[in-house]
Amino acid sequence: MKNIKELFWKLKTKNMSKKKRNAYFMAGSIITGLILLMVIIGLFYTPYPPTKMDASAKLQGISLKHIMGTDNMGRDVFSRVMYGSRITLIIAIGTVAFGTIIGSIIGAFTGYYGGILDEILMRIIDALFAFPSLLLALVFVSLFGQGMYQLILALGVAFVPSFARIVRSEVLRCKNMDYIESARLQSVSDFRIIFVHIMPNTKDTLIPSILIGFNNAVLAEAGLSFLGIGSQPPYASLGKMLSDAQSYLFTRPSYVMSIGMTIVLMILGFAFLGEGLSSSNK
Amino acid sequence: MGDIILDVSDLNIEFHDHDNPETVVFDFDLTLEKGEIVGIVGESGSGKSMSALAIAGLLKRHALTKTGRIMFDGHDLLTCDRETLRGYQGDEIAMIFQEPMTSLNPVKKIGWQVEECLRIHHKDMTKADRKKRAIEMIDAVGIHEPEKVYNMYPHELSGGMRQRIMIAAAMIANPQILIADEPTTALDVTVQAQIVELLKKLNREKGTSIIFISHDLSLISQICQRVLVMNKGYVVETGTTEQVFNAPREEYTRKLIAAIPRIDV
Amino acid sequence: MKYIIKKILMMILTLVVVSLCVFLAFNFIPGDPATRKLGTEATPELIQQYRESMGLNDPVIVQYFRWFTSFVKGDMGTSYNYNQSVASIIVKKIPITLTLAIMSFIIMVGLSIPIGIYTAKHENGVIDKVIMVLNQIIMAVPPFFSGILLTFVFGMIFKFFKPGGFISYEKDLGGFIGYLILPALAIALPKAAMCIKLLRGSVIAEAQKDYTRTAYSRGNSTGEVLYRHVLKNAMIPVITFMGMALADMVAGSIVIEQVFGIPGISKILLTSISNRDYPVVEAIIMGIAIIVIVVNLLVDIIYRIIDPRIEVE
Repeated sequence: MKNIKELFWKLKTKNMSKKKRNAYFMAGSIITGLILLMVIIGLFYTPYPPTKMDASAKLQGISLKHIMGTDNMGRDVFSRVMYGSRITLIIAIGTVAFGTIIGSIIGAFTGYYGGILDEILMRIIDALFAFPSLLLALVFVSLFGQGMYQLILALGVAFVPSFARIVRSEVLRCKNMDYIESARLQSVSDFRIIFVHIMPNTKDTLIPSILIGFNNAVLAEAGLSFLGIGSQPPYASLGKMLSDAQSYLFTRPSYVMSIGMTIVLMILGFAFLGEGLSSSNK
Repeated sequence: MGDIILDVSDLNIEFHDHDNPETVVFDFDLTLEKGEIVGIVGESGSGKSMSALAIAGLLKRHALTKTGRIMFDGHDLLTCDRETLRGYQGDEIAMIFQEPMTSLNPVKKIGWQVEECLRIHHKDMTKADRKKRAIEMIDAVGIHEPEKVYNMYPHELSGGMRQRIMIAAAMIANPQILIADEPTTALDVTVQAQIVELLKKLNREKGTSIIFISHDLSLISQICQRVLVMNKGYVVETGTTEQVFNAPREEYTRKLIAAIPRIDV
Repeated sequence: MKYIIKKILMMILTLVVVSLCVFLAFNFIPGDPATRKLGTEATPELIQQYRESMGLNDPVIVQYFRWFTSFVKGDMGTSYNYNQSVASIIVKKIPITLTLAIMSFIIMVGLSIPIGIYTAKHENGVIDKVIMVLNQIIMAVPPFFSGILLTFVFGMIFKFFKPGGFISYEKDLGGFIGYLILPALAIALPKAAMCIKLLRGSVIAEAQKDYTRTAYSRGNSTGEVLYRHVLKNAMIPVITFMGMALADMVAGSIVIEQVFGIPGISKILLTSISNRDYPVVEAIIMGIAIIVIVVNLLVDIIYRIIDPRIEVE
């Protein structure tokens, strides 16, 4: 009860100590570091070839030989996870890069110039923004076909609206500031004003959004692949692997769990990094 | 000399926010008589608002220690239980603040906010009575068309109007003490004068004692009978307004008086 | 009133823009519908004849208008794959998906409002800290994986739940809803976690505003300040989030239906995407778009009721 009474009078929110901020950041760095390490090692070495089947070792549990067990075709799950994480990461990075770059350009120009073009684009972007990104990606996949590149494009387009909105509002905030006005008076080109003078100011809001966007990309990719319309074999991503594994939930839970936990850790790592960064910005 | 209704003695307020405790108010003494207007003047950070918040029972931070006594109606407001304190808040001791723009709840109707003290402290009143009283009060603070304003929201009013509403809400339960913490600082000069006149009128008509806090000495001189000068947490000078203005004892007070812009110079 | 009328007009405009986009996307990107229907070997005369009979030679706007009006009347075309009208295919599936989404929404609201308020009240307390870390973890679990986990826990360990034992709403409404609880929970959990975080932050931020000091000065207790003053203000950003979450849940239920073997819209949508059965995909996407747009309108109206500051621009 005492706490309740105290609550409303905190004039400043300095309560989250520096230590705790670092705790989130540290945990995020460690988890992300481990995942990246696993992916990088996977480029050169996997305990077994990820596609090598072994009829005598189907659906094995966790052991020293197979640290995540084997799947229904006797393939080593850990080797496949190393490989699948890479696919998932590539798709997520591609998606976020596409969304950020295109979104920033649209947001910067419409925010800076305003006018009728801005109105029209923002109407469309608002409508797209309200539309679930998973569904938007489904529309694109159904129109352009399935596969890794189509998936990057589909998810990337679905991510454009949120980045465009973020950058646009930041540009609107900055464009009437005195130093921009003075740059304009010195006849600095619009292009230079936008990209050299305004865009660097957006980084404080953009970087946490990129981390959140990255997580959404991993989630969306996993969701789409889980539905069987993401990456196609032999490029099995984590989501696809999880959907394959689901049928064996009751016979070999460790198979499903190890894949699922890898997805969770991947997202958690970036979420913690984002949390650490955004609370240290305050 | 009337009855003393509020007696503050040896009030010390200390923060523990940083590594070293920091005292912001030292040995603050104040007596308030019935129907009196006392001014507290000082620069920002002099501790005047802190003292006022302490008297109103609004300093509750756990990173804060308060020592001394604030005697009101036979209770020490610093040590009495929360229920007793809450019983006085809004009913006997009311407060208005510096920022009329943000001190009203933006999503509640004006009437609801003006009536709030009645709803809390006079539960026996009917809804219709409360409304009648609220409209009277809105009218009394000089707002035209009180029925219309009753159903409006804060954002539809100007700063001066909002401060009048704050005063109406504070005065509705006929409190014995009104604490006005820089009530005019955020307003235009002409509006300032109107608010000061309004406070004087309420003081005259209802006999409410007022603690008027300001950094503006000339404003204090227009409204207060007595004045406390505060600097860096200490009360450096106290006396009737005439004494302090005509024969300041302290160098600091002289500086403050010298800083008032004068037409006759 | 003026505000609501303006919002309704905006909604109609958005609906037109969205339906135009959907129409153009599905009727032009996949190639010429006549060739698609008749095959590449069809003679030019035959194609021309078909185009004429289907009205494909009319201006795009006329075609769009014809498509839109028949869509509104419930005629959504014929499935390439099933050779049935699209409406008859999807109409029985809609209640399933909608019930799932609405149940998820109710669970989200039911969890997040009390927990959000509790954690804000006890900011930095032990329970608050535990819930905040838990929140981060829940947000990181994809709904389909939490679905799998829930199936595992309740199906295998507690034996409460029979995976694949879906019961149709026409047979047994209670059993139908009972089967949907776990899937709804799987959809709701990550959204609830986000909502708790948002509400907590919002309550804490509002609690530091000046008007709470005013409220205290009138003799309100902490609880009264929270429930009578802070909460309504704090809900403003949360309402926006909840509106978006409801739209997301309709989409999210598609994935979850796959996990739990629920015969909703999902299965048809996915097979239609694989088979390039465009009329079906188009109808489902339009249907969800309409839901999203209507939900947005409702959010705007609720917004107007809560926050009087919103005026017609």
